[in-house]
Amino acid sequence: MTEMLQILDVDGTLVGESPVDDSVTRGLYEAMVTARIFDHKATALQRQGRLATYAPYEGQEAAQIGAVAMLEPGDWLVASYRDGAAMQSRGYPWTQLLLTRTGDERGGRPPAGVNVLPPSITVGAHMVHAVGLAWAESLKGTDAVAMTMFGDGATSEGDFHEAMNFAGVYQTPTIFVCQNNGWAISMPRARQTASETIAQKADGYGMPGELVDGNDVLAMYDAAARAVDRARRGEGPTLIEAVTHRIRGHTTADDDGRYRSPEETARWAERDPLERVRLYLDAAGVWSRKWQEEIESAATAAIEAAVEEAESLEPFTAEEIFDAMYAEVPPPLAIQRRRAAEAGLA
Amino acid sequence: MTELNMAQALNAALDRALADERVVLLGEDIGQTGGVFRVSDGLLEKHGPDRVIDTPVSEAGIVGAAYGMAVAGLRPIAEMQFMGFSYPAFDQIISHVSRIRNRSRHRFTAPLVIRVPYGAGIGAAEHHSESTEALYAHIPGLKVVVPSTPHDAYGLLLAAVDDPDPVIFLEPIRLYRSARGEVPEEPYTVPIGTAKVEKPGSDVTIIAYGSMMREARAAATELAQSDIDAELLDVRTIIPFDTETVLESVTRTGRAVVVHEAPRTAGFGAEIAAQIYEHAFYSLLAPVERVTGWDTVVPLRRAEQHYVPSVGRVVAAVHRVMET
Repeated sequence: MTEMLQILDVDGTLVGESPVDDSVTRGLYEAMVTARIFDHKATALQRQGRLATYAPYEGQEAAQIGAVAMLEPGDWLVASYRDGAAMQSRGYPWTQLLLTRTGDERGGRPPAGVNVLPPSITVGAHMVHAVGLAWAESLKGTDAVAMTMFGDGATSEGDFHEAMNFAGVYQTPTIFVCQNNGWAISMPRARQTASETIAQKADGYGMPGELVDGNDVLAMYDAAARAVDRARRGEGPTLIEAVTHRIRGHTTADDDGRYRSPEETARWAERDPLERVRLYLDAAGVWSRKWQEEIESAATAAIEAAVEEAESLEPFTAEEIFDAMYAEVPPPLAIQRRRAAEAGLA
Repeated sequence: MTELNMAQALNAALDRALADERVVLLGEDIGQTGGVFRVSDGLLEKHGPDRVIDTPVSEAGIVGAAYGMAVAGLRPIAEMQFMGFSYPAFDQIISHVSRIRNRSRHRFTAPLVIRVPYGAGIGAAEHHSESTEALYAHIPGLKVVVPSTPHDAYGLLLAAVDDPDPVIFLEPIRLYRSARGEVPEEPYTVPIGTAKVEKPGSDVTIIAYGSMMREARAAATELAQSDIDAELLDVRTIIPFDTETVLESVTRTGRAVVVHEAPRTAGFGAEIAAQIYEHAFYSLLAPVERVTGWDTVVPLRRAEQHYVPSVGRVVAAVHRVMET
């Protein structure tokens, strides 16, 4: 088995050299705490019928937040429907993330200057987009990079091969972050691919692949920082396999009791990505119950404000469903637009 | 007779199909979880993992492998989890599945079934509400089937498995649980290529299929209160299209309203209208009306009701053709 990078073990002990000082670690911890509160809130909202479906990322906060920590504002992130923690870290607002889940197209529009594409719902097509985004930056002469996030299931799509191959051939500044969370809906990782690791697939495309403890935010930070640096220096793409676990069902519509045991989930809960950082910070004397309460209440307030903002938006009128199909509504579509409005009144 | 919903009827048909040793099921999450809509629930336990195959997330892989199996003599039934996720397999379908018979002059054939849940109305995420049957209808060499009742779902699925050619089998998501009806205990097939007059009428023919049959039925009931006697025609098979049954009806009523939830432009309703104009022009008392989805992406949950044709839109269209 290829060795897996780990810097902080499950007990909160440093087993490698931390890439950052404790103030940064505190920031990463706060981001993970906030992301988990959002995840729980969104799940609760779905149970109340206020969101359509929701794909929880609990247990994957370190893989996401550690991976994107070293991205710069000009860099691109193109991620999947389970990557809200990473996207929000890069400026995609909680409000917009909620809107994608209430079923409102305005969730797909982050603020100007945020180079984060709307979450990809189809599995895997967006991996190729990260090649084009990165390639364009090279052609434009910037040093910006593109990172894509996807799951172990996505590596079975043909798009994975095409994305990795292009990135290798053209040496695009792309960072592929596979969150191997053990399950693609009901399909376990062992039956998704016959290769020992996903990281080793990088060999076939002429790029480095690194196996990382995805529940260790410092290891993720370290591996991603090196990959981002390489890409920025023009040394090409990297594949990172973050070994983590999907603690909840595939979505709120999934019944994971049909295909896996609660014991497995419980085992992974013991490797929680947040708790080990808390233990580390506590031992270093930079954690307190009071600070924990402060960051939790700040997060809760921000997320409640986002919920209120998202729910206060009036749903689209019939006319508005036509308005973003083209730069300008072509005449035949304008006729339909008028008829739709009339049908709504009838 | 047993009363089943459409998902249960399809489950019973798959179970029956698996009695033929050539039949194998392939798809994402179809085994252990029984499919995201539970259509294949219990079949892995009953028929084993060689017959009910949970695959990696790989639609081109599923259809390409099913094609190979079919050419080699099996009768695979592949599942695409949602219509919006079927497009990675599109090249396999348009370039190979639909063509091998002609390419090899009957020497090799691909008698497989591709099951595709389709349609809006459940407020799902993007790509989960597509109704792009016209894409498949436009590919020569495929058959395209779409039931609206549990009875037809059972019979058409078994007919699709028996069929010597590839069949795209569309399953209206909205009707999986809401459509209930009697299904005989003994196995039966419903012939592919036959439309059905579900309710006779004399004033106008409402032509619909799949999910929109629900709105069409409700519209016919509502119209009866205005003394409009609508004939209700369930297309059931898109390709090969049963022109004869449609023409028999429309030449009698003189008026036609075609309903589908797919986008309007180049939707299958355009083909139905063209058939009527070509063959029944002089019987028409009014222009054919189409009630369809708009030429937009299917809106997400909060605006979905603006898109899916409503009973009111069907009723209004019938009133328009009756005024002429």
